[in-house]
Amino acid sequence: MMRAPTLALAATALLATVSAGAQRMLGQTQTSDANAKSIALFREAGKVLQSPRCLNCHPGADRPTQTDRMEPHRPWVVRGIDGSGAPGLHCGACHHAANFDAARVPGNPGWRLAPASMGWQGRSLGAICVQIKDPARNGGRDMTALLHHVAQDSLVGWAWRPGGARTPAPGSQATFGALMRAWAESGAGCPPDKPE
Amino acid sequence: MGLINIKINGSSRSIDVDGDTPLLWVLRDNLGLTGTKFGCGIALCGACTVFVDDRPLRACSLPISALGESEVTTIEGVTGREAVAVQSAWVARDVPQCGYCQSGQVMSAIALLKEIRKPTDRDIDLALNGNLCRCATYVRIRAAIHDAARALEG
Repeated sequence: MMRAPTLALAATALLATVSAGAQRMLGQTQTSDANAKSIALFREAGKVLQSPRCLNCHPGADRPTQTDRMEPHRPWVVRGIDGSGAPGLHCGACHHAANFDAARVPGNPGWRLAPASMGWQGRSLGAICVQIKDPARNGGRDMTALLHHVAQDSLVGWAWRPGGARTPAPGSQATFGALMRAWAESGAGCPPDKPE
Repeated sequence: MGLINIKINGSSRSIDVDGDTPLLWVLRDNLGLTGTKFGCGIALCGACTVFVDDRPLRACSLPISALGESEVTTIEGVTGREAVAVQSAWVARDVPQCGYCQSGQVMSAIALLKEIRKPTDRDIDLALNGNLCRCATYVRIRAAIHDAARALEG
């Protein structure tokens, strides 16, 4: 008479233990799947981030590059204090509010280099991922501001309307914005910091 | 084609040109201001440097339709302390050789001195990297800008 409750309690405890383990395992799988999905989304977005249209103005040093071959910018220009060039030779000396194909000069009202803290050239996609969501380096943007920036900013959008013979960034700004949003909502996972 | 008003060297002019015409063509072909030179036409050489609202700009890179209400100053109309100092230094140092690029060099030098009163060699190099000189008068250009900066101190 006394053994039934004991067995019942033991069975309940065992079931609880098994259940917790199963749940833990299931949770790990879900977390792992979600992280893998998030990383996959970022890799897709990385096709834009690592296109010449974006990398040219996110140089690793002070000098931008140009063309699909990412050649050093001609003439020799530098970032300057605020990303708009050196005194006497600001970006605006040549780059204006719109592309001007007659002179082969691209343009946008906000034409400038990305800040040095957002240099992407020479970095792995994993390093760019960590960098891009770090407010200390991305211009103080939280995730909401970052998503707005990539989906709405006019200079970012220039990458899909580069004019001339320049190859646009893959897809569209809307698709890129949606990808980045899905990445953020899936946990903003980052690939490992190593060459892809 | 259509009439476009342009503020140039302190006066207003109306010209009948296509809106896509580069400012440089308007200056040289329509207004007869040939001091601004055509070098490359693709914003690589700096020979066509003018001021638009007091900022240096390559005239080949701007369609006239984008000028709006902005005021253009060319080598023929540039004035002010920096302009006098640079032009005096240019003459004293006998900077030009063939002279073709020099109006652009002078405009960029003036622009630099408006931003940096006492530029270093590096400041000069960075500001004038976009102004090419096939005669390689760069050493005299740099020296003349230092002279002009000293003159502006006095």
